[in-house]
Amino acid sequence: MSKRIDVESLNVYYGDFLAVEDVNIQIDPRAVTAFIGPSGCGKSTFLRTLNRMHEVVPGARVEGKVNLDGEDLYGRGVDPVRVRSQVGMVFQRPNPFPTMSIRDNVLAGAKLNSRRMSRSAADELVESSLRGANLWEEVKDRLGKPGSGLSGGQQQRLCIARTIAVKPDVILMDEPCSALDPISTLAVEDLISELQEEYTVVIVTHNMQQAARVSHKTAFFNIAGTGKPGRLIEYAPTQEIFNNPKNQATEDYVSGRFG
Amino acid sequence: MTRIAPTEPETGEAPAERRAPRGAGPSGSPRQDAAFSGLALGASLLILVVLAGVALFLCLQAWPVVGAPAEEFYGGEGFLSYIWPLVAGTLIAAAIALVIATPVGVGVALYISHYAPRRLAKPVGYVIDLLAAIPSIIFGAWGASVLAPRIVPLYDWLGAYLGFIPIFAGPASATGKTILTASVVLGIMILPIITSMSREIFQQTPVLQQEAALGLGATRWEMVRMTVFPFARAGIISSVMLGLGRALGETMAVTLVLSGGPFNPSLIQSGNQTVASEIALNFPEAYGFRMNELIAAGLVLFLITLVVNMLARFVVSRYKEFSGANS
Repeated sequence: MSKRIDVESLNVYYGDFLAVEDVNIQIDPRAVTAFIGPSGCGKSTFLRTLNRMHEVVPGARVEGKVNLDGEDLYGRGVDPVRVRSQVGMVFQRPNPFPTMSIRDNVLAGAKLNSRRMSRSAADELVESSLRGANLWEEVKDRLGKPGSGLSGGQQQRLCIARTIAVKPDVILMDEPCSALDPISTLAVEDLISELQEEYTVVIVTHNMQQAARVSHKTAFFNIAGTGKPGRLIEYAPTQEIFNNPKNQATEDYVSGRFG
Repeated sequence: MTRIAPTEPETGEAPAERRAPRGAGPSGSPRQDAAFSGLALGASLLILVVLAGVALFLCLQAWPVVGAPAEEFYGGEGFLSYIWPLVAGTLIAAAIALVIATPVGVGVALYISHYAPRRLAKPVGYVIDLLAAIPSIIFGAWGASVLAPRIVPLYDWLGAYLGFIPIFAGPASATGKTILTASVVLGIMILPIITSMSREIFQQTPVLQQEAALGLGATRWEMVRMTVFPFARAGIISSVMLGLGRALGETMAVTLVLSGGPFNPSLIQSGNQTVASEIALNFPEAYGFRMNELIAAGLVLFLITLVVNMLARFVVSRYKEFSGANS
């Protein structure tokens, strides 16, 4: 399953501080959308509003609408817990559960949603998720070992396996390669290109080559100055953002003249 | 709204860098380094010397007890029959105190770290810490004069309806000065130990792990079970063992609350005694062999706490591979 995200005039706050102002964006299903921009421009903050992770920080709130195939995630009576099982998230640093084995890590989220799972069904889910994350061949002989014993890149792919085991509609990635070496980054980027066949993928990245390599559409966020809210400056097909941007700030940023 | 405990960013990461580097660093002279390492070595040796000294004192003073004829002991039936009711009383009181304090302590700690609104969490934490500052003699006086008389109706009820269970066999004590009352007081006394230590550790659970759980669609309680408890497991065990150590050795509160006597399986009748309280009650008037006997009882208490601590270390080390420390 893969769903379209439609954001309408979203304002994001930390307490009284307006962090991101008036974002309107349509994110396509079965595609990779990249958010780029300088540090502090609110792209990660905005990403976290797409699965209601933003509000786990005390005092954080949003105004506006985030529609997932027409259903408002911030509508009355919508349970943030259910939202997060529909919209999965991969974090900046690999964070497998250290007390769980590789197998249990993959099953962690899936077990929350379906109370009872037969052993064979669980085995199947573990294998398909790990295969989906290009990790199966590397770990199939040590599924009982702790996930924290893997390399950084393997851990990050384990986190992706854990996320797709929940069968979400959307996968959000918050700088998933920033803690990885180039080889592991390549493995994760390959995986991202495969994931878009089934999921809506949104990735925040500081690495513009990465955005150019993996994404179809790119959104450029910018900030007018410290203390000012971040804004969505330009949103267009990735080719256009990098080769022929309409906005001067975008051109300065992607050509390296700024930030 | 789901909330994550405020924490220092990402504890439990980067284990290798965390270890103290060996040898002199780029700054500071080798002599400073040598002086500091000598100081640290001296301090740690001092602890060992003190510990060995205490053990030696206990052993030397308790030595006359070995091989002494049975009639010389208090009660006239040898050391074993003198000591076992005391050990039993000590263990029973400490165990009941733990059963009461552990769930309450962990629950309160979790409430403060993950559930309470921030404006409430602070005062609740202060009040709990304040409990730890109350001297044990005050707890004893309160237990004997306030708690004991008021708890009698409960004992009457237990004796009447659950009296078929040997530990609640009636008739209940009319004063309420029973081992169960003493255990309740002990439980309240060790509550702040368990609470404040567990809270510290709960708050150190890496945010990244908690967000990982929430991001998979975990409710707050599921998040706590998936990340906070596993991360804090060794810490909870340590805090419980610290509490147990306090409960085993606590003297004043038990001495004041408990109207002691010979071993009694019923917890709601008077009787039973703990090692520490027995020593405190008899030490001032003891001389000669009686003194050796009491010190031997002290040695037994020392051994019990030692075994408890070693057991705790063993339990903690069993979880090492899967503990948060190597993530």
